[in-house]
Amino acid sequence: MKLPVKMTINGQSYSHDVEPRLLLVHYIREAVGLTGTHVGCDTSQCGACTILMDGDAVKACTFFAVQVDGANIMTIEGLAKDGELHPIQMGFWEKHGLQCGFCTPGMIMSAYQMLERYPKPTEAQIRHQLEGNLCRCTGYHNIVKAIEWAAEHMPAKR
Amino acid sequence: MATVAADRLFGKSIKRREDPRFITGRGRYVDDLKLPGMTYAAFVRSPHAHARIRKIDTAAAARHPGVVAVFTGKDMTGVNSLPCGWDLRKAKNIPGVVQDLAIVPHMPLTSDAARHVGDPVAVVIADSQEAAIDAAEKVQVDWEPLPAVTVTERAAQSGAPQLHADAPGNVAFKWEIGDRNATDAAFKGAAVTVKKRIVNQRLVANAMEPRACVARYEDATGDLTLWVTSQNPHVHRLLMCAFVLGIPENNVRVIAPDVGGGFGSKIFLYNEEVICSWASRRLKRPVRWTATRREAYLTDAHGRDHVTDAEIALSRDGKILGLRVKTTANLGAYLSTFAPAVPTFLYGTLLNGVYTIGAIHCEVTGVFSNTTAVDAYRGAGRPEACYAIERIVEAGARGLGMDVAELRKKNFIPKFSGAYQTHVAVSYDSGDYGAAWDRMLQMLDYKKFRAEQEAARKQGRLLGIGFSAYIEACSIAPSKLVGALGAGAGLYESGKVRVHPTGMVTVFTGSHSHGQGHETTFAQLVADKLGIPIEQVDIVHGDTGSVAFGMGTYGSRSASVGGTAILMSLNKVIEKGKKIAAHLLEASPGDIDFSSGEFRVKGAPGKAVPFGAVSLTAYVPHNYPEGLEPGLEETSFYDPSNFCFPFGAHACVVEVERETGNVRILRYLAVDDVGNVINPMIVDGMVHGGIAQGVGQALWEGAVYDGQSGQLMTGSMMDYALPKADMLPMYETDRTVTPTPVNPMGVKGAGETGTIASPPAVVNAVVDALAPLGVDHIEAMPLTAERVWKIIQGAKGAR
Ligand code: FES
Ligand code: FES
Repeated sequence: MKLPVKMTINGQSYSHDVEPRLLLVHYIREAVGLTGTHVGCDTSQCGACTILMDGDAVKACTFFAVQVDGANIMTIEGLAKDGELHPIQMGFWEKHGLQCGFCTPGMIMSAYQMLERYPKPTEAQIRHQLEGNLCRCTGYHNIVKAIEWAAEHMPAKR
Repeated sequence: MATVAADRLFGKSIKRREDPRFITGRGRYVDDLKLPGMTYAAFVRSPHAHARIRKIDTAAAARHPGVVAVFTGKDMTGVNSLPCGWDLRKAKNIPGVVQDLAIVPHMPLTSDAARHVGDPVAVVIADSQEAAIDAAEKVQVDWEPLPAVTVTERAAQSGAPQLHADAPGNVAFKWEIGDRNATDAAFKGAAVTVKKRIVNQRLVANAMEPRACVARYEDATGDLTLWVTSQNPHVHRLLMCAFVLGIPENNVRVIAPDVGGGFGSKIFLYNEEVICSWASRRLKRPVRWTATRREAYLTDAHGRDHVTDAEIALSRDGKILGLRVKTTANLGAYLSTFAPAVPTFLYGTLLNGVYTIGAIHCEVTGVFSNTTAVDAYRGAGRPEACYAIERIVEAGARGLGMDVAELRKKNFIPKFSGAYQTHVAVSYDSGDYGAAWDRMLQMLDYKKFRAEQEAARKQGRLLGIGFSAYIEACSIAPSKLVGALGAGAGLYESGKVRVHPTGMVTVFTGSHSHGQGHETTFAQLVADKLGIPIEQVDIVHGDTGSVAFGMGTYGSRSASVGGTAILMSLNKVIEKGKKIAAHLLEASPGDIDFSSGEFRVKGAPGKAVPFGAVSLTAYVPHNYPEGLEPGLEETSFYDPSNFCFPFGAHACVVEVERETGNVRILRYLAVDDVGNVINPMIVDGMVHGGIAQGVGQALWEGAVYDGQSGQLMTGSMMDYALPKADMLPMYETDRTVTPTPVNPMGVKGAGETGTIASPPAVVNAVVDALAPLGVDHIEAMPLTAERVWKIIQGAKGAR
C-alpha cells in the first residue's frame, strides 16, 4: 500500500506515492533524486543525512517520508544561492574541512543551525554541537576551523 | 582569478580543486547511481558464528512479489574462490625468514558452512530494495550450529573448533624474522630485561561511506561495467576476472568514482561485488548493492587483532641490546586479499624502529577464527610494530629507572642518508630521528611539563605524558622485493600525461583518491613542472576504461609512486617538446632549456617558444622535425627501488580523572618527517585524521566478539565508539624535512603516520599518569573510563 506525500525541497514542491516505511532520507535520494544527502549508518549516529526541516537541522534517517508531509526542507543542494557559495561552504573549502567529502553535507547543514544558535561559537561549543556528526577523515581539527571561519564571514543579521 | 605563480606550486597550500562538488552535494558516489532497469541485491547472512548448512530453501523468497532471482552458492557453478594475493609459501631468499601458509577456500557464497556472523549464503535480487530485503527474510536456511572460537589466544589451542580442513589447528601460517641465536645471546648478557604482554585490539575501519557496487552487463556487447567503492579499480578487475569469474578482463570496466574514505577497507575484493557482477551477467540487468552500516561492521575487513609478548634487553646505561617479539595474529575466518602480508612483512620488518638495537627476533603465528576477516587497516602492520616497540621501550626505561625520553635519545640511529640496514630485512632510506625528536621536545617544553606534573601530583591530580618515536614503511613497493616476499602482484604505478593541441593537459593516474586530494596535488605537480596555470590540468583516476593500468592507493604510495610515474611522463613530454622547439627555433635540441612554460635557446634570451605553441605543433606537424612522431602524450610505469621510511616524534599529555577513570587529552603534539611535501595543508589534514584514528584506538574503539556465541557485540555505531569532535583536541603539528633519495621528488608518504604514531603515545601517557598509584603497564586497549577505573581500583597505590 502506498501513501501520497508532498513536500517542498529547496523551494520546489514534490509529490509522490510512497511506501509508509520509506525513510525521508531515501525519499530525498531515491524518489526526488537529490543525492547530496548521504546515508552513513542505520542507527542515526553518523549525521551524514542531516538536512534542515522547517528551520531545524534534523537527521533525515529518523523520519518516515509520510511522517513529514507538508514539510519545508533544505538540503545541501539548496544552500548555495545563484551559484554563490554560502559562508559555511566557503569555510569548509578555505580551511580544508573535508577530505573524502562524505560527511560534509551533513556537517555543513549542522553548522548552519549551529551558527543560528551561536553566531560566534567557541571551539568547545562547536565541538559539542557537532555531537551528532561523525567524520572519519579529518580528525575534526579543520572542521572546527572551517566553522570558525564561517562564523567570521557570515553576513550580519538584519 | 589570480593564479598562483605556476612555477611555485610544488609546496603550496592551495585549496582543493575537488571541494566545490563536495561542498555543494554534487559528489558522485556509487550509491548515487541509478540505471534504467536496475535491480537491487540483498544478502542472506549467517546469524551464527559457525554452523553447517544442511539445506537452503529459497522457494518462498523466489515467489515474493518483485523478486527477480534468488541464488545460493550451488547456483554459482564455475565460480572460484576469492583469491589471496599474498602467498607466503612463495617467499624465498630473505635471510632470517621462515614461513609457511595454509591457503583455504573462500567462496563468494558459502555452501558447506558459515564461519563467521555475516558470512553470506544467498542473495536475493529484486525490482526494489524493499522487495529484496523482504524476500531475503523468507529464505530458509537449515543450520546446524557448531562451537565457535573468536578469541585470538584460543584459536590455535588444542580442542578449539576447527574452521578449515586445509588448516589443521586453525594455523594459517608461522613466520619468523631476525636472528634467534644472536637475540638469545643479547638477552643473556643484559643488565635488565623487561617482558610485557601487549594487546593490539581488533578495529573496524568505518569509512563513512559504506561499501557499495553497481554491476551492469550489456548483453549486446558482452561488456560488464562495475562501479565499486574501491581504492584500486584495476586490482579489483584483475582479481575478479582472472581468478574468480574467469571472464575476459578487456570486456570488464571497473569504475571507482568518488569514494567516501577507505583506510584500507576498500582495497580488497569482496564477495558482494563479485556476486553482483556474476548476477548481472546472468540476469542481463544492472544490480546494485549498498552495505548497511551493520553489514559494514560484519563484512568490511577488520584491522589489527594481535596478542604479543614483547621483551627488551637493556644494558645498565640504557642501550637496547635485544628485542624479542612473539605475536599471534587473528586473521578471521578466511584469508582476505592481502591478509598474510600485514602481520608479517608489514609488521616484523618494522621492529627495528628508530633505534640501534643489538639483535631482534620475531615470530608470528597467524590463526583462523570465527570472526570477520582481518586485513590492512590504515597503517597495516606498522601501527602494530610501532605500538609494540614504543610500549616496550617505555616499559624498559621504567624497569631501568631511566627517563623515557633519555632512553630513546641514547638509542636513536644517528642521522644518515642512503641506507641503514636493519636486523629485519629492510634497509631505511634516510633519517634524522633526533631532529624530529628534539623539535617535539622543544614544542612541548618537556622540563616545564615534568615540573607541572610534579606540582599536580602533589594535589592528587593524575597528569601524564607519553611519547612515540615512530618509523613506517611506505611508497609501497619495489615489485621485485615484494615478489620475493610472496606478493602476487607488482607494486609499481602508471601515469600518463596527455597534452592536448591547445596545451591543456589531462593526466591519467593509477592512484585513486578517496579523500587524499589527488586532483589538487597531482595537478600542482604537473603545473609546477610544465610552468602552466593549474586550471589547464585535469586529473583522471579511478576508471579502468581510461587509465591504462594502476595498482591504486594504500600504503601511502600515491605521491611517491603514482606521482613519480606522472613526473617521468612529464619529463618525456618535455624531452619531446625540446625536439619540436629546437626545430621551430632552428637550434639543436641539446641547446634548448625548458622552464616557466617556455622552451628557450640557451644563451639567446629572445629565442623562445611557449609550451602551447609546441603542443599545437605536435598535433599540426607541418613544420616538424624529420622522423619524429606527431602527438604529445607519454606513459610511464614507475617501480620504486626501495620503500620510503617516514618518521617522527609524537607526544600526548593526558589527565586521568581519579574518580571515573576518564582520560582527557590536554595536548597532542606531532612532528612528522614525510620528506618533501607537495601541499602542506593536505598533509596536515592527513596527519590530523590519522591521529584521530589512533587516539580512537587507544581510548575508545574496539571490535568485541562474545566469546561464547561468537556474536559481534560492536556491530553498530551505537556500540562501536568512533571519536567525535568533542572527544578530541586541536593538534599541534610541525615537520622536519629529510627528503628521500629513493624518488626524484624526495617525497615519502603521509597517509598513515598519525595512525601509526598515536596509540602508543596515548597509552604511554596514561601509564605515566597512573605511575603514582604503582601502575607500570597496561596490557589492553581501548582505555575506556571503565577499564582505567578498574586499573585504578586494582592499583596498590590507590588503596
Ligand atoms: S544516516 Fe547516519 S544519522 Fe542518518
Ligand atoms: S571527510 Fe571523509 S568522513 Fe568526513
